[in-house]
Amino acid sequence: MTDLALIGPILAAMFAAATPLLFAALGELVVEKSGVLNLGVEGMMLVGAVCGFAVTVQTGSATTGFLVAALAGAATASLFAVLTLFLLANQVATGLALTLFGVGLSALIGQGFVGIPLDGLPKLYIPGLTDLPVVGQAVFGQDVMVYLAVAAVPLVHLFLYRTRVGLVLRAVGENHTAAHALGYKVLRIRFLAVLFGGAMAGLGGAFLSMDYTPMWAENMTSGRGWIALALVVFATWKPARAMLGAWLFGGVTILQLHVQGLGIDVPSQLLSMLPYLATVLVLVLISRDVARIRLNAPACLGKLFHPDA
Amino acid sequence: MNRRTMGKAVLGLAGAAVALSVGMGSAFAQEKLKVGFVYVGPVSDHGYSYQHDQGRLAVEKALGDKVTTTFVENVPEGADAERVIEQLAASGHKLIFTTSFGFMNPTLKVAKRHPDVKFEHATGYKRAENVATYSGRFYEARTVVGAIAGKMTKSNIIGYIGSYPIPEVVGGINAFTIALREQNPKAEVRVVWVNSWYDPGKEAEAAKALIDQGADVIVQHTDSPAPIQTAQERGLWSVGQSSDMTRFGPKSHLTAIVEDWNGYYVDRVKAVLDGTWKPIDTWGGIKTGMVELAPYNPAIPADVVKLADQIKADIVSGKRHSFQGPVKDQSGKVVIPEGKHATDEQILKMDWYVEGVQGKVPK
Repeated sequence: MTDLALIGPILAAMFAAATPLLFAALGELVVEKSGVLNLGVEGMMLVGAVCGFAVTVQTGSATTGFLVAALAGAATASLFAVLTLFLLANQVATGLALTLFGVGLSALIGQGFVGIPLDGLPKLYIPGLTDLPVVGQAVFGQDVMVYLAVAAVPLVHLFLYRTRVGLVLRAVGENHTAAHALGYKVLRIRFLAVLFGGAMAGLGGAFLSMDYTPMWAENMTSGRGWIALALVVFATWKPARAMLGAWLFGGVTILQLHVQGLGIDVPSQLLSMLPYLATVLVLVLISRDVARIRLNAPACLGKLFHPDA
Repeated sequence: MNRRTMGKAVLGLAGAAVALSVGMGSAFAQEKLKVGFVYVGPVSDHGYSYQHDQGRLAVEKALGDKVTTTFVENVPEGADAERVIEQLAASGHKLIFTTSFGFMNPTLKVAKRHPDVKFEHATGYKRAENVATYSGRFYEARTVVGAIAGKMTKSNIIGYIGSYPIPEVVGGINAFTIALREQNPKAEVRVVWVNSWYDPGKEAEAAKALIDQGADVIVQHTDSPAPIQTAQERGLWSVGQSSDMTRFGPKSHLTAIVEDWNGYYVDRVKAVLDGTWKPIDTWGGIKTGMVELAPYNPAIPADVVKLADQIKADIVSGKRHSFQGPVKDQSGKVVIPEGKHATDEQILKMDWYVEGVQGKVPK
């Protein structure tokens, strides 16, 4: 097998590896656009992962599993929303606490589900197209969740930039006092945005436990929630860029494994670090351009709001 | 038995949890020997920590009228470990098993403060008056697996997923490769390090990468069953780690390298009860039952099963050693001469690959 023939499989693996990141990052992007910083992505992903897995094992229906995972993610997020939006708790501290809580809660729920195998989702197969060289497997041979994640990118973009509700959501994120003065329900909009973020994180987690590696294991997200958070900044709060970032991250992850397998002499610890290094590097490059950050970062990100204040 | 599950992040609470569980236990049984176990992972990992806990359960079953046991799971290798071990020692446990390499220094520190408590540290090399060490010669099982893989591979490429490039893992790769090439001199081993003991996503990605590069047998020295699921999905062979992982890929799972601590733990607890306990080093292999192989896949041809059983028997009888000379390194230099086999020290410090492994050992 020549090394060039590996490009197809690498691309196919890259899209799959990027999927959980993309779900979680898109959700968090909407949350942050509404002016809320929820650092609990990792925790919500884990709760979604375990609930989706448990329900699929019990009912045998992956659709139900993913629905429940989204609901479970949203339920976990609602805890954060109540604490930060209505009880005015600090968002950073509450978000961190939510991750710790999610790790513990998912482990508790998952106790009876460790070591149970599950079948993953079927992969798409279109005769002719899927067999195409290089792109066939990558573009036409994935499962439904990979396509859903990609489809969510234009949907989130259209929602944010082409709908009235999206405009209001961004207004709330930019200047909650002004939005409030105009009569918009700041807290209600933020509450719904946080729920959406939780649901998307739940789906991302469930993709891992029900499809990518169909099993439940404690802490199985292994930091992917944090990467999703970084991707939002990396993307300067633009959905399409978040997708590119997720692909880049997934691509570097897969590539470094191939480099090792081919016996190319690069320290494996350095290679393991590469995707994270790439993320930091891009963050640094973007941050040099203050105007760009200012233009895209929601001005009220992380700031508390009280309607009577 | 009191069970506590907690996320790694909230482990500061572990000490309190131990104190609580110990307090509840002691009301019922004052004269019983209290035995503590410290695990690095969750008991539910169905791998490394699970196997240690099976040993604890074997102790309860065999000596339940004379001992009570406590365990703390998910203990990180670091400052928290010392606190957990200290708590166990301070709360009346007279024998404590610390079951991961990274617990070595914390165990020795606590042991110094509690000379009346006996400690057993797994896979380490530092002993004291009241600290014994124990480990398994898992490379022996890898010799058997290597021979099976040599017979089963068609592409002559074996994908090997490594955790960390420590001597135990590197030695395992070498033992595997020596036996592999004895059966099939054309076969080669490609290694991918994931730098984690347990990351299902990354292990699956590594398996995919190796399969895409042509491997048709996936061997792992990591703890999750994800590589077996991946191999099953692609219709290829795999070898499990730590415990029997057949149910994750019944068509793919050739066998697994199984750690069995049951006999050792029962023996050591008995020794404390009899007053014959000594701070010795135990390194058991297939012969002592500490290392085993999971049931073979029914798809393995009878002559290969026979070969595997013969190799196992030869290892037990001492007729065969996993590192029997001549063994050449990657440059073709003979490191272990003919007629000799690697010493225990050579095995414990192994940081080079034998001929047939691709790539270099990460330094």
